[in-house]
Amino acid sequence: MSTTAPTSPRAGSHVLAAPVRWLRRNAVVLVGSAALAYLLVPNLVVLAFSFNKPAGRFNYAWRTFSTDAWTDPCGVANMCSSLGLSLRIAVLATLIATAFGTFAAFALARYRFRGKSTTNALIFLPMAMPEVVMGASLGTLFLNTRVQFGFVTILIAHVMFCLSFVVVAVKARVMSMDPRLEEAARDLYAGPFQTFCRVTLPLAAPGIAAGAMLSFALSFDDFIITQFNAGPSTVTFPMFVWGAAQRGVPVQVNVIGSAMFVLALVIVLGGQIAANRRKRV
Amino acid sequence: MTAVAPPSPSGPASAGAAPPAGKDPDGAVAEAGAGRARRGLTPYWLLLPAGLWLAVFFVAPLFYQASTSVQSGSLEEGFRVTWQFSNYTDALGTYGEHFVRSFCYAAVATALCLFIGYPLAYMIALRAGRWRNLVLVMVIAPFFTSFLIRTLAWKTILSDGGPVVGALSSLHILDVTHWLGLTADDRVLATPLAVVCGLTYNFLPFMILPLYSSLERIDTSLLEAARDLYAKPSTTFRKVTFPLSLPGVVAGTLLTFIPASGDYINAQLLGSPSEQMVGNAIQKQFLNVLDYPTAAAMSFILMALILLMVSVYMRKAGTEELV
Repeated sequence: MSTTAPTSPRAGSHVLAAPVRWLRRNAVVLVGSAALAYLLVPNLVVLAFSFNKPAGRFNYAWRTFSTDAWTDPCGVANMCSSLGLSLRIAVLATLIATAFGTFAAFALARYRFRGKSTTNALIFLPMAMPEVVMGASLGTLFLNTRVQFGFVTILIAHVMFCLSFVVVAVKARVMSMDPRLEEAARDLYAGPFQTFCRVTLPLAAPGIAAGAMLSFALSFDDFIITQFNAGPSTVTFPMFVWGAAQRGVPVQVNVIGSAMFVLALVIVLGGQIAANRRKRV
Repeated sequence: MTAVAPPSPSGPASAGAAPPAGKDPDGAVAEAGAGRARRGLTPYWLLLPAGLWLAVFFVAPLFYQASTSVQSGSLEEGFRVTWQFSNYTDALGTYGEHFVRSFCYAAVATALCLFIGYPLAYMIALRAGRWRNLVLVMVIAPFFTSFLIRTLAWKTILSDGGPVVGALSSLHILDVTHWLGLTADDRVLATPLAVVCGLTYNFLPFMILPLYSSLERIDTSLLEAARDLYAKPSTTFRKVTFPLSLPGVVAGTLLTFIPASGDYINAQLLGSPSEQMVGNAIQKQFLNVLDYPTAAAMSFILMALILLMVSVYMRKAGTEELV
């Protein structure tokens, strides 16, 4: 990307100015690449330290190369069960939030009705609220109503903060859809149900998929809101890592982190390459 | 993620109209297309599940919190509403420093995110060419690893006597930060610098993605026009590019500042007790001390201050609708 040639080099400066000019022209790329490195270095450190054999209980300093953790990823008590709990909550929260959020997005994108701006504010507010506030206030509700903290309270919390993101993603997509396509379907004698299934839904699918993926990622990785609404026996994976940071971080935590990183990267890059190839053919 | 979520509406029809086009004209267009028969109760039925969920589990809790914040009592005897407004003054008295620290750290981290993130977003949107998607994936890639694990990785990177601290020390940068009161004793860990660095790192993608989505929408022929009219690159940036990217700047700063000011993970993992932010205090009062009224009062103050700052900022920036 450093070779993006300038379209019209300004002539008439000193000869010595050439390197300076090159620097100036590519400053954005240089700083941008440094920023990219800043973003990616921790991931590489996590990956490298998944092959470490630390001396003590904390995996912060390099000692020797070892694949012990990779051959026994579930060797730490309670870690894989917390991973399972996180996955179950993320899947359920994604399903519920995507369904409810999509309904709401269609209502907001397609209809004019009384109370619309209030609804928009209600959708926007959770995104403009720090997580501690949402977590603590929902926890207060459960305390006051004597609801037992556990799986259900975590699920409720996750659906709550995922909803807004789904609505925003789906609404943007539905609004950018050409209404004439649906008119065309109707003109060709498609029933309302057929129009919805064959035209509207496929057109809205990328937005729905984006909302679902966002929900899954947010729910799976959430810590703050979860901590305020979890029971003593429901420890999600981020909560396990938090606890480990106090007691001693097993190498297996890095293994899970690296495996997730590599797996997701392969899926995304594979999809990109496949899409590129399809475009070229 | 507000401004990112729209997966680049393909038609120039919506991109050209820019965000201020708002919802009402669109609603009108869509309605005309959808036909007149679909009025009535349908939108309310569609909104019911999500609306109810947010009303019960987002709005109602805020009222419960308001009531808890003026209660007094103890865990054994139970808490009762006694209009104990001293909870607020006590919280501010005891944890005033935490509030100041939170907003300072969040502001510095937001500014750093803007300075680091803008060139990267600019590079992806206008200079990356066919590498654009790859670089975008690399920006999102860190999210694939749980952010607690990534924050812990900073403990390794910034460890005492490690290569980063060594380099900073030999370049005399540590002397400067020491003089500024950001570091102490040749360490970076357990100092304000580490916490700000962690906050910047954790929320940088939230800055880059909205910036990218507004820079990507810029019609490059406008930049060419500026050049044709003999504008210097810096003038082009100041007068054309930056003003056009302002919606992204506003969205990005909000998406960075709000979560950063409520965060307690970076302060806990990378800081020492003297870098604790207001989130740490709320978390401790709620989960360890079980002093719910104080926690509720603090959380209420935090919410009020943030809403106040956001509304002032959005009025100043002239963007009232970001969603």
